[in-house]
Amino acid sequence: MSNLIQITNGKAHISNDDWTLVKLPASQVEVRKQAGKIVLFKLTGEKTVSDEQVANTVIPSNGKVIVPLSVLIARKAELQARIDKNEVGVWLDTHEVLLPLIENQADLNRLPIIVVHVERFADGRIFSIGNLLRTRYGFKNELRAVGDVLRDQLFFLKRSGFSSFAIRADRNAVEAIASLNDFTAPYQGAVDEAQPAFRRYNRIA
Amino acid sequence: MYKYDEIDQKIVDERVTQYRDQTRRYLAGELSEDEFRPLRLQNGLYIQRHAPMLRIAVPYGLLSSKQLRKLGDIASKYDKAYGHFSTRQNMQLNWPKLEDVPDILADLATVQMHAIQTSGNCIRNITTDQFAGVAPDEIVDPRAMAEVIRQWSTFHPEFALLPRKFKIAVSGTKEDRAVVQAHDIGMEFYLDTNNKIAIKVWVGGGLGRTPILGTVIREHLEWQHALTYCEAIVRVYNLHGRRDNAYKARIKILVKALGIDEFKRQVEEEWSHLKDAPNTITEAELARVAKHFEPMPYEVLPQHDASFDTAIASNPAFAAWAKRSLHAHKIAGYRSVTLSLKPHGHAPGDATTEQMHIVADLADQYSFGELRVSHEQNLILADVKLSDLYAVWQKARAHGLASPNIGLLSDIICCPGGDFCSLANAKSIPIAMAIQMQFDNLDYLHDIGEIDLNISGCMNACGHHHVGHIGILGIDKDGSEWYQVTIGGSQGNNASIGSVIGPSFSADEMPNVVQKLIDVYIKERNAEERFIDTVRRIGVTPFKTHVYADKTVAKNEVPA
Ligand code: HEM
Ligand code: SF4
Repeated sequence: MSNLIQITNGKAHISNDDWTLVKLPASQVEVRKQAGKIVLFKLTGEKTVSDEQVANTVIPSNGKVIVPLSVLIARKAELQARIDKNEVGVWLDTHEVLLPLIENQADLNRLPIIVVHVERFADGRIFSIGNLLRTRYGFKNELRAVGDVLRDQLFFLKRSGFSSFAIRADRNAVEAIASLNDFTAPYQGAVDEAQPAFRRYNRIA
Repeated sequence: MYKYDEIDQKIVDERVTQYRDQTRRYLAGELSEDEFRPLRLQNGLYIQRHAPMLRIAVPYGLLSSKQLRKLGDIASKYDKAYGHFSTRQNMQLNWPKLEDVPDILADLATVQMHAIQTSGNCIRNITTDQFAGVAPDEIVDPRAMAEVIRQWSTFHPEFALLPRKFKIAVSGTKEDRAVVQAHDIGMEFYLDTNNKIAIKVWVGGGLGRTPILGTVIREHLEWQHALTYCEAIVRVYNLHGRRDNAYKARIKILVKALGIDEFKRQVEEEWSHLKDAPNTITEAELARVAKHFEPMPYEVLPQHDASFDTAIASNPAFAAWAKRSLHAHKIAGYRSVTLSLKPHGHAPGDATTEQMHIVADLADQYSFGELRVSHEQNLILADVKLSDLYAVWQKARAHGLASPNIGLLSDIICCPGGDFCSLANAKSIPIAMAIQMQFDNLDYLHDIGEIDLNISGCMNACGHHHVGHIGILGIDKDGSEWYQVTIGGSQGNNASIGSVIGPSFSADEMPNVVQKLIDVYIKERNAEERFIDTVRRIGVTPFKTHVYADKTVAKNEVPA
């Protein structure tokens, strides 16, 4: 069964995915260690994709594809016709910066979907990225979290502008839906509800 | 103090439900250890040496008598009938059971309390001056803004998983008592030239293994923008803070790496988009919250009270206590009273269930039913009439709460250390107790005068050793416990980080080392000079020379 939760018209449901997520070919990454411990998080802006990987990425010749940001940028010409048919989305990692995407794709809303891949659930950069895509860059289409996506972060992801969530394969997505509504009346304004509690309610001292 | 409406109550109730389910899933094996860790931490639950530790939030250190009574009840129902008040104005239970925590949270919720964001990589409890609202040198009462910031930071979705913990302190006095410069963000409220509340914003302070005092990022911020400006700072930090190395993950490292000018440029650029967004605070909201902090219904009293003056004149023990434990008050005829949680020979900051109940009674009877927790780990009755002080003292004394040592050498700030904490290099509580016993003579303590002695069991600096006039840090050398000593640290407006005096010492040597530092001070001091002033005037060398002159000390040195 599908492990994809989608929110449409304010309602969350399990839905089938008609997108193909295009992966980069594997690269030889050396395991980095610091004080004997494996480094788990990449630095923001760190270049992790080689030109060779970009060139060797295999994009299925038809159907709806979500390509890596580096591929979208480097191979734009090749993809343009499919972009025009609304068949191309993009994905990026939490350590990637948004500026190259914005510079490359002047109208983000030409992309039906943007996907943010979170390698480890504890990487809260994903929330700022979601927020920026929605509030700063005006992205209105599907915004999806994939990777180490777990139930206990869903509420925050939703509030940060995400509208679909590919729950990690070994977890139960149906049960996870409940956590989208862990809190009914949050204090601060965020993406899903811009007004803070003090502007939404008549709070009397 | 702030009282919940149904919105506040719902959030803590829903938190209890959420956490109960998270605990259930963990116990059922549906959440791995790694996945549960940030969840329990954001709820103040550490797994410690002997048992879990639960840190309960005391927002900006303010408690009602009802809440303190409940804390006492919880400590006896779920723990060993005592709690530990921490340097971050919270309360910790050292022996709760992991399975009981959801029930503890449910009990807390009945008195408008919780453990939300008391730990973990998120925005922590907001701290402030323990005399907020009553101190004569106060310019702006910071409590309403502290509450507004608390609400904003509670489950802030964008900042739920930061690179590292994030601490905000606010203060509104001339004499900073909230250590704003040692916080990730420090906000100093003042009145600007238009007589409007403005904020001086400090960023990038913090203790821990790389102690750094904050830098001013903005001299003048209108109060309405406090939240959006914090959002700009924390967003830059969330995106660019070092997640690859936990020791370099605090905002202070980012600020240092970029330099304050570049960091400020990025923050201001972010803020240009966030300024005036809906999270901008409204006059109405500040007024609503401020209503909860209106002055108490004080009586009109003369400056002096004859019964108090007589008791001072006739009872030296009372006079000694009053000299150390009373703080001036805005209102004539009132004082703020610090109840010492530092009786000699006990773990600093601990209070028993019985003591919590007694303090709650005292608050009800003499101080409008409220009290405060100080970052020096004592409890405070903020509004006591002069004529009631003698009765307060008698009752406090009968329950071990009236050691006349506030601000003196034995009023030690001390972390839980190796007795409880799994990160510790060395024990800290026994060192504190040994020093208290060494200086167990009150006249002598009073003669030594004001001095801050702070002890941490490791470089995480929970005991603020860097800003102690004397700081003691537990270190590990080849598996045994050693102590490094710094002098010249200080908190407040004139904050400074202490200097290491030399090679470290064993536990046995510590009382004697402190004795020698004090001997040099007594010999060298000018009239009216505090220990820290003498250190600043004559430098570290005379202290160092005397401490290490003794062969028996020198010979125990460990090769570095
Ligand atoms: C017993 C369990 C505790 C553990 C495992 C613990 C852990 C830590 C760690 C790892 C840090 C350093 C974080 C960093 O610099 O990035 C830290 C800092 C700190 N802790 Fe604790 N702590 C404990 C108890 C306490 C207690 C009881 C207090 C108060 C008495 C306290 C107050 C502080 C303060 C004030 C700092 C701050 C220094 C700063 O970060 O600026 N902690 N703690
Ligand atoms: S300073 Fe170190 S030993 Fe002390 S409580 Fe903090 S982490 Fe534990």
